[in-house]
Amino acid sequence: MKQLLAILFENEAGALARVLGLFAQRNVNIESLSVAPTEDTTMSRLTLLTVSDSQTIEQITKHLNRLVGVVKIVNLVHVEHVERELMLVKVCAEGEERQEIKRTCDIFRGQIVDVTTNTYTVQLVGPTAKLLGFLEAIGRAHILEVVRSGTCGITRGAKALSLGPKGA
Amino acid sequence: MLTADEVLVRALVDQGIEHIFWHPGGANFPYHRALSDCEEIALVLVRHALGACHMADGYARATGRPGVVMLTSGSGATNSITGIANAYMDSVPIVVLCGRDSSGDSVSTQLDETDMIGVSRPVVKHSYVLPSAMDIPRIVREAVFVATSGRPGPVVIDLPRSAYESKEKYEYVMPETVSLRGYRPAESGHAGQIKKALDALLRSARPLIYAGGGVIHGDASSELLTFAECLNLPVATSLMGLGAVPGSNRLCLGMLGLHGSRIANNAIAHTDLALALGTRFDERAIDDPETFCPQARVIHVDIDPSSISKTITADLPIVGPVKEVLSILNQLACDRKEVQSKRNDRYMSWWEQVEGWRQKISEDTRENMTDSNSKHIHPQDVVQVLYEETKGEAFITTDVGQHQIFVAQGYKFSASRRWVTPGGLGTMGFGLPAALGVQFAAPQETVVCITGESSFLVNLQELSTCAQYDLPIKVFCFNNGTLGMVNQWNQIHGWKNGLLGYPESMPDFVQLVEAFGHRALRASTRDELKRAVSLAFSHECKSQTVFVDVRVDPNVRLLPREERGCSTSASSSASQ
Repeated sequence: MKQLLAILFENEAGALARVLGLFAQRNVNIESLSVAPTEDTTMSRLTLLTVSDSQTIEQITKHLNRLVGVVKIVNLVHVEHVERELMLVKVCAEGEERQEIKRTCDIFRGQIVDVTTNTYTVQLVGPTAKLLGFLEAIGRAHILEVVRSGTCGITRGAKALSLGPKGA
Repeated sequence: MLTADEVLVRALVDQGIEHIFWHPGGANFPYHRALSDCEEIALVLVRHALGACHMADGYARATGRPGVVMLTSGSGATNSITGIANAYMDSVPIVVLCGRDSSGDSVSTQLDETDMIGVSRPVVKHSYVLPSAMDIPRIVREAVFVATSGRPGPVVIDLPRSAYESKEKYEYVMPETVSLRGYRPAESGHAGQIKKALDALLRSARPLIYAGGGVIHGDASSELLTFAECLNLPVATSLMGLGAVPGSNRLCLGMLGLHGSRIANNAIAHTDLALALGTRFDERAIDDPETFCPQARVIHVDIDPSSISKTITADLPIVGPVKEVLSILNQLACDRKEVQSKRNDRYMSWWEQVEGWRQKISEDTRENMTDSNSKHIHPQDVVQVLYEETKGEAFITTDVGQHQIFVAQGYKFSASRRWVTPGGLGTMGFGLPAALGVQFAAPQETVVCITGESSFLVNLQELSTCAQYDLPIKVFCFNNGTLGMVNQWNQIHGWKNGLLGYPESMPDFVQLVEAFGHRALRASTRDELKRAVSLAFSHECKSQTVFVDVRVDPNVRLLPREERGCSTSASSSASQ
């Protein structure tokens, strides 16, 4: 079962390693991870995508809450939320195919951010499924390199994830 | 204005630290001067970094105050890992200060270098690197607070050598409060849940308190006894919870679990409402979560939310310190007329059932014993003699193995914090250094280390520390010439040659201990045992370390509950 954790934690050396250690100790793989400081630069926000049963994720969440450096956690799959991921893809684009690839890129509302005589680098933003859909449409044979940022998530509505007592 | 090393020492003094267990080396050399000049802190020089951690651990268990360790880098740091993990598993507040040779930014490959923060990460509650001397007071204060509050645990502080070698002076400013936005341990339980808990207890027919180590760590023993007496509730404990209520109290059913008492295991199998206090429902205590206390609803009080519903689903969870929750329960119970009115006849038929088990059990008390006319000393004899001699008031440390369980089963602790045993990690070599730590914390008290010959060999170097500081601990070594617990399982599984050659390679323990300058005796018969015990606790030996090599019956087995017919599950009905 997909789990998407949004974690606020201290922006300091070693704090991320403690968070990730809890997943490694339980042999839970992390599918994607995106982390950067928030508007308050003493704090970082991490969005972590993993696949695990609800009991395991509950235990991990409780242990994450125990970490001194972790300030707040929300499992976004339990609330209305928006997910986005950024992807950069370098594709082979030669001859007549250049037009077709450009059209596909437009359909997916991608932007071409770098061009050479035989490649395009496409930037795409959206839910992960859309990004994967684009890769499928382009076809594996044309893909030279893929970079994905990992999923970012935020709750819908006016309520914001900010400092306050820790939630489970 | 103070230099960095002086700032560190002053910060430790300000946190009330009185002892530091210390193993020296190049990387902690820079603050040695300030420490030796400090009159408030006694520096205890140990023989092994692991010994230092176990001493600090024993010190902390006996007092509730943090045990502080100071080590050097490299092997000094890595040798402490077992001790830190042991404290982590049993929720013991220790603070480990580790020197480091490099400047702090990178892990180089200098002599004696290791990434202590990384190596210790999975077994600490929290860890700090001290980047600059300015941060020392705040970090020392935070470290002590984190170690001792909430669910206690070990904290590591990495001290880069470069910060202490400079002659620069700093203004000493200790912050007034600790401010950690990511760490706010629960201060009390949910009032509505606590009220529901009392209602449930009053409605139940066969309630049982299951007290764990959290009652000890949380200093909640007197609140527990008040509550149990007020409602007339039987109390079973986990291994770590022994001493939560006095072992000789009629409400106390002893320890439950794999090696638990029949009465406790029967009670948990038949209860309809278990009030679990500060316990994590360890596998050795509960066996199979599916069949554990099958008829019972479970109320679980714990300061650590991650312990609740981990293995046993709580029907009524209460996150909070056991002491506060019990105080509120006591208050609520006081205000209820129905509680006060029929105090002694509450749960009458349940108590009849429990007393029935107690009766039956006293008939076959020596269930584990071989022939009572045997000339061999049975481990239970030793525990019994020691109990009679010390009246349940000694501080007892143990290692791991048969001896540990025999003490847990047979020694009725009169109070909490007197039972010092490595429960979670099962650390052989804990008992001797832990006893030293306890004796430093409680110089006037009787401190006994009960060990096995195999466990004793793991950390016996601390006998030398014992000689240096004249610690009058009494060591009773259950010598069966074999790794008893392992050997009995070898036999049960039919692996006859598992420990070939082992018994023949054991040293002469009396000579060995005498070489350290201590008094050592051997007891091979019951009479010799009695004489050795009276001598060990006599006025003559009041200020001496005494070691007794007790030759116990090598054929004694310690049967687990199933083979004794006292499982915690429903199947134990057969043994009623």
